[in-house]
Amino acid sequence: MTDMKQPRAVDVEETFLRNDIPESLLTEQKLQETERRTVEIDSHALNFGPQHPSAHGVLRLVLEMEGEVVARAVPHIGLLHRGTEKLIEYKTYHKALPYFDRLDYVSPMCEEQAFALATEKLLGIDIPERAKWLRVMFAEITRILNHILNITAMGLDCGAVTPALWGYEEREKLLEFYEAASGARFHANYFRPGGVARDIPAELEDRIGAWAKEFPAWIDDLEGLLTENRIWKQRTVGIGIFTTEQALAWGFSGPCLRASGVPWDLRRSQPYDNYHKVDFKVPVTRQGDCYDRYLVRMEEMRESVKIIEQCLAQIQPGDVKVQDPKFTPPRRADMKRSMEALIHHFKLFSEGYHVPPGATYTAVESPKGEFGVYLVADGSNRPYRCKIRPTGFSHLQAIDELSRRAMLADMVAVIGSLDLVFGEVDR
Amino acid sequence: MAFTLATSLPGIHSAAVEKGELVVRTVRDQLLPLMTLLRDDPRYRFEQLMDLCGVDFPGREERFEVVYNLLSVFHNHRIRVIVTTDETTPVPSVHHLWPCATWWERECYDLFGVLFSGQPDLRRILTDIGFEGFPLRKDFPLTGYEEVRYDVELRKVVKEPVSLTQDFRDFDFVSPWEGMLTLPGDEKAHEVRQGIKRSRG
Repeated sequence: MTDMKQPRAVDVEETFLRNDIPESLLTEQKLQETERRTVEIDSHALNFGPQHPSAHGVLRLVLEMEGEVVARAVPHIGLLHRGTEKLIEYKTYHKALPYFDRLDYVSPMCEEQAFALATEKLLGIDIPERAKWLRVMFAEITRILNHILNITAMGLDCGAVTPALWGYEEREKLLEFYEAASGARFHANYFRPGGVARDIPAELEDRIGAWAKEFPAWIDDLEGLLTENRIWKQRTVGIGIFTTEQALAWGFSGPCLRASGVPWDLRRSQPYDNYHKVDFKVPVTRQGDCYDRYLVRMEEMRESVKIIEQCLAQIQPGDVKVQDPKFTPPRRADMKRSMEALIHHFKLFSEGYHVPPGATYTAVESPKGEFGVYLVADGSNRPYRCKIRPTGFSHLQAIDELSRRAMLADMVAVIGSLDLVFGEVDR
Repeated sequence: MAFTLATSLPGIHSAAVEKGELVVRTVRDQLLPLMTLLRDDPRYRFEQLMDLCGVDFPGREERFEVVYNLLSVFHNHRIRVIVTTDETTPVPSVHHLWPCATWWERECYDLFGVLFSGQPDLRRILTDIGFEGFPLRKDFPLTGYEEVRYDVELRKVVKEPVSLTQDFRDFDFVSPWEGMLTLPGDEKAHEVRQGIKRSRG
């Protein structure tokens, strides 16, 4: 008996290295040796949110906990449901557009782009070249805006305060570009069916160009804070892993899909506006954990800066709206002189334009992933049905599978890495 | 692809390219075989269900269209599958083909009242707890039936019938001269115009 208890030299080393080997992998003899204790772990439900600062909005997550381990995560959504789709059915196409800013309020212009493209497709109109370049440029500015907020907020959730402070400063510069172009910092209402609302001011191109030169250095600074940070890696590496098959089956898109090893980007594979004329890389990683999702977003910001620079190099002066009075309001000066312009203006803002019957599913690569609009027109001046395909909806749905057997603290990292905004999830 | 799809399975009403997008209309009973084929056949390989939604056409015999938008990352193509149903007939659920279908189906049930057979978790998702009715149906008013407010005396949220301080306004901006095809006194000119149109068209 005493001989049995005496451990051999090899065993000592083994137990020294690993003492958390699961029972199923232990040998029969080992099993008998290990001391067994029965511990009562209280299984209980925990309400995460809707007022939790790391819930990124109004997510209510009911967690079934077994001690510190999450056994099941049940998201409850709909707390921010405003009936956008129903409201759009009662508005003309022109008036429906501002609702899209209010969906994903972190990346408003990309949302507008989806609706504008869908309407243009049904109308069968093609927008001028300058408008396309402006759209691409501001879509990329939006992407950077979104990624800065996501990365820094995720950092904040995991205990890194500095990135958020730096990020807000940098976002402010971009929001000034927004303001210069559209007049509003957040709810831009800038991309319209038929082009963009108005041309950008004369000096804005230079300002964006100057900013684009400085910005990569800021990304380096941000990376210096996070990428090799020990705490950051401990909190994110290997957390919330999703394989390629899982990511595809759960309808992932955007950075979350690319982090799981799928080289898929709508800007590349189904280009819209002028994305086929710019050269950029699609970052892909293999692990599919929170850290990889962060890395993909980081790399996308660098690519976005390159796209913005290419836009600035190729953009030419010209029209920014289709020159068709049926879709584009006349110039103010014309309205003072021309009766026809006045009538067009009045009819455009009261009745709006009629869209020929048909249906389209048009998707864009928003910063969060595929944002789609399924638009059904019946020939009248209002959409018959406007289904919005939010990105976060399918990401959030997978949270149970993503966080199975994770620790409570990991939930925060997982939610942060999914980039959820409840304006679009709940609509 | 539209042609091979139309001939490969029974029950497909039509398969055509509409506005550059491939659209397949099928019957409810054939939905599951078609979806399984679309997902598993190497020619199609639609790994992702991007969107599932309902559309309400109250004038039709089967008033709801359920629209599935599928995406193949491998082949880089999309397809739209449409089935029709009414308030009581369930549509077979596809949640075992794509797990993400559960929430989409819940949403479709919540907003339209479309039933999905075989869906184990058919609860409301977006609307309030205790909500009644299906808000995206065309016969559901925009303002709804109930409004909620916090009652200070009762110290809880109470539901009341909607009382509008201003009548609901739904402007009809469609110009009368487009709705009225022939204005009084214009009959002669109108005939000429129509004649021109006819000869052109």
